[in-house]
Amino acid sequence: MQKKVIFRGTLLPIALLAPQLVVTVVFFFWPAGQAVYQSMLREDAFGLSSEFVGLENFREVLADPSWVHAALNTLVFSGCVAGLALGLALFLAVQADKSLRGATVYRSLLIWPYAVAPAVAAVLWLFLFQPQIGLIGRGLNAIGIPWDYRLNGTHAMILVIVAAAWKQLAYNFIFFLAGLQSIPASVLEAAAIDGARPARRFWTIIFPLLSPTTFFLLVVNLTYAFFETFGVIHALTGGGPAKATETLIYKVYIDGVENLNLGSSSAQSVILMVLVVLLTAFQFRAVEKKVHY
Amino acid sequence: MATLSLRDVRKSFNATQVLHGIELEVADGELVVIVGASGCGKSTLLRIVAGLETPTSGQVVISNRDVTGLEPADRDIAMVFQNYALYPHMSVFGNMAYGLKIRGLPRAEIEKRVQAAAEILGIGALLERKPKQLSGGQRQRVAMGRAIVREPALFLFDEPLSNLDAKLRVQMRAEIRRLQRRLGVTSLFVTHDQVEAMTLGDRLVVMNAGRPAQVAPPMEIFSRPADTYVAGFIGSPSMNFIPATLEEGGRAARLAEGSAIQFADGPRPGPAGMPLILGLRPEHIEPGDGPDSLPLAVELIEPLGSETVVHGRAPGGLAVTARLPGAFSGAVLPVQLPAGHLHVFDAGSGRRLDP
Repeated sequence: MQKKVIFRGTLLPIALLAPQLVVTVVFFFWPAGQAVYQSMLREDAFGLSSEFVGLENFREVLADPSWVHAALNTLVFSGCVAGLALGLALFLAVQADKSLRGATVYRSLLIWPYAVAPAVAAVLWLFLFQPQIGLIGRGLNAIGIPWDYRLNGTHAMILVIVAAAWKQLAYNFIFFLAGLQSIPASVLEAAAIDGARPARRFWTIIFPLLSPTTFFLLVVNLTYAFFETFGVIHALTGGGPAKATETLIYKVYIDGVENLNLGSSSAQSVILMVLVVLLTAFQFRAVEKKVHY
Repeated sequence: MATLSLRDVRKSFNATQVLHGIELEVADGELVVIVGASGCGKSTLLRIVAGLETPTSGQVVISNRDVTGLEPADRDIAMVFQNYALYPHMSVFGNMAYGLKIRGLPRAEIEKRVQAAAEILGIGALLERKPKQLSGGQRQRVAMGRAIVREPALFLFDEPLSNLDAKLRVQMRAEIRRLQRRLGVTSLFVTHDQVEAMTLGDRLVVMNAGRPAQVAPPMEIFSRPADTYVAGFIGSPSMNFIPATLEEGGRAARLAEGSAIQFADGPRPGPAGMPLILGLRPEHIEPGDGPDSLPLAVELIEPLGSETVVHGRAPGGLAVTARLPGAFSGAVLPVQLPAGHLHVFDAGSGRRLDP
């Protein structure tokens, strides 16, 4: 039942597509092209002249120990954020899927964090974990755990991971809940009659049936942790202490905006761009192959 | 080998009571069909036996063991669902072996049992397939196979045939009956289809609004329905109901338009003038002219090939359906109401009145 509308002439279709195309070109293709161009230039310290250096910037970036450090940070950070956000969201979704009193209220409340701006979320977590004024921060110190994310890199990493995961929790929760609700109740009842206890039902029936959802969310979460956590990190730790929470995307900002090393920063963002392209391609390929139940 | 007893099983959802004290004894190896219109509580009753719902009060006893408080897993039952409820991510083999794996049976034993069940059901060639790659009838068989391999004490069927097309339904119906006979497993079968109920059951439970209206073998339900609900529910087209009153002495009924019918089998108890409902199955109405025949004004003729169903109206405006052998055409059909086939019900309570 496809209904195709065929336009006569080309003016109207172009006019209809134009707003979308303009937005894409101005805010994506143009800056992306600029980044690729910049990544092959080297500017002098005063920004008065620039020379073409080919792939020299890329070579320097990849050999730079601080970039490798940031890349490792990113791996740890992204892995933990995705793991934490997925695991917790799945747990909460399973709880919300039960027929509970006030389930709708509970579900709505769990969706709210998604509407909170990253910087606001960061401030919220700051109020909790700040060692002098934060509720939990003070509590930890009171019971003898020397908590200070401003001095301890591990603490800082934990804090940004928790804050970033919390932001993504709601999104994952919605998808998991929808996935759970699409599993027919009778299949779970059949498993119960077959003798499977709740834990076994979860791991042998629910979890495999959720795997397409889980995989989709894994890619989305990794993309989120890679590229969209700048705000949280910037507001909480500013990449510190001693670059302990500096991820690749944060280093792009530091090198480009603060250190004004435009060539290196552009090269880094081009590398990130390639990464996101690969990740997306991987996802599309996998989604095509994936069996849908 | 098992028996099933339901003792005063009641169920309410909030303020709505859906089951009003069900009593039922199912003998070892018996197939009891619970039949009723949708919303009569038959599926709820089955789910209570399975342990998927908890009764508000009452007991479920399987082989003299009270299982009311037990989980479905601990009841030694198997259930076939209306939508088959196969595990979509497992192969046919995986589906059938799932329950056995959980019970920790040795691998060789599992394979042996699954092979044997697949053999019986004729799905031996499909063991590697996923449910998605199967037709409706094949899925049905896999669902049956999953129940069989468990060798449970009790089979529960929740309208297992209603998702199949008409031809396959007839075929699977016969197959279920054969299989149940062969395995001798005590079974409870829920359906809304009266033909399924009549052909499958050793006994029928006709449910009406959360109460068992009659529990009896199929032919008894057909020939001696306990009340007007059962009489109207079983039989197609459904029974004609004719309002009448009891004559002095209880030997006859007087119809609204004046004529009387003598009871063939003896007097009914009750005062003269007691309102009655007379029941006559369409196939028992005889065409023919006579002194006490009713001329039906024909409204609709449904030719079914070997017979014809005629819908008409008696002089008083009463709708009457007759099933005649062979073909029929015409605007008026004079019919006789044979006293020998008459069912007599109390109009007040709807209960059957016997001599």
